[in-house]
Amino acid sequence: MSDTVSAAVTGAPAAGRRLPPVAELGIGSLALVVIGGILLASYVPRRPPLAAPGALAAVSGALLVAGVFLLARLEQFAWPRFFVVFRWALLAYVISAGMIGFAFVRDHTRGAPLALVLVMLVIFALDVPLIIAFTVARYSSPPYSAD
Amino acid sequence: MTDVGRMQAEVVAQSPPRPQVQVVPVRGLPIVAVVVAFVIAAIAGNWLWALTFCHVVGGGLWTAIDLFVGLIVGPILGRLSVPARAEFTARFMPKMVLLMPTLVLMTLAAGFQLALREGNLLAGNPNHAWLIVSFCVVGVMAVIALGVLEPANIAVLVEMRKANPDGQVIGLLMKRFVYTAGITGLMQVATLIIMTRVATQ
Repeated sequence: MSDTVSAAVTGAPAAGRRLPPVAELGIGSLALVVIGGILLASYVPRRPPLAAPGALAAVSGALLVAGVFLLARLEQFAWPRFFVVFRWALLAYVISAGMIGFAFVRDHTRGAPLALVLVMLVIFALDVPLIIAFTVARYSSPPYSAD
Repeated sequence: MTDVGRMQAEVVAQSPPRPQVQVVPVRGLPIVAVVVAFVIAAIAGNWLWALTFCHVVGGGLWTAIDLFVGLIVGPILGRLSVPARAEFTARFMPKMVLLMPTLVLMTLAAGFQLALREGNLLAGNPNHAWLIVSFCVVGVMAVIALGVLEPANIAVLVEMRKANPDGQVIGLLMKRFVYTAGITGLMQVATLIIMTRVATQ
């Protein structure tokens, strides 16, 4: 019997472990940034109103900070694995966010709208690696409650 | 050793070695770099053919792969034996790690620039409303893909690299992967309707 098969038979205590809703907060934050991005993009090439996208970015940033705060309180967590995955995912999503930013700069977005786009891209580039690294590390952590 | 124990030992000895799982297939990275460079050049040069090529080829592959994985491969995978599923997953998922983000980047970046170049984003353009709807569809797909699908994909691969992979975790994450691929696949049908509409207005 291979390792995979034996693991399938014996079950997985790690899968049942309760952890704070870091991924859910990250997905919420990502959704708000995407909505804000759609609002901004729908006005290109005109100057967009910034109130609604700005508010969405602020709430999105708050959700991200809340997720990081909850995550930082975890003591028994697979931190080495989290940071390895986070670093590589961050590299990938910084490139991805850079390309989106390049498209906006290339299309003559300037001033406050550009600043808001960049803030949203920073949140995006942090959100996705956080969700990926948390999802990976949660299944590598010991099967005891973190509460 | 009992007969049962001896039989189990023989099964272990005869079972094929688990495939070496590489989370990110390094050999594919130069291809990704070439594609990304091509997309950047197409945007920087505002080059109609290259933008159309990137958008149509990227979008076509993205849609087809999403539908194929979600509606064809997924249900088949669910009926395979655990070792067969594990072996398929070990070979299939690393390719998806590179392929899908590249296709998504190629499609969206080129598509946005193309819409801008052709004036489709201008408020008075008949395609403007259709494009905003397509932004919304893509936005939902992006949140599902980036927030659920991709983390599940990476987590499966990392789990499979362990000396003793957890079958329950892999099963749970693969189920999540296949369901979300199915949802985004169905949403791709909406994108197909919108894009063919935009192209023929």
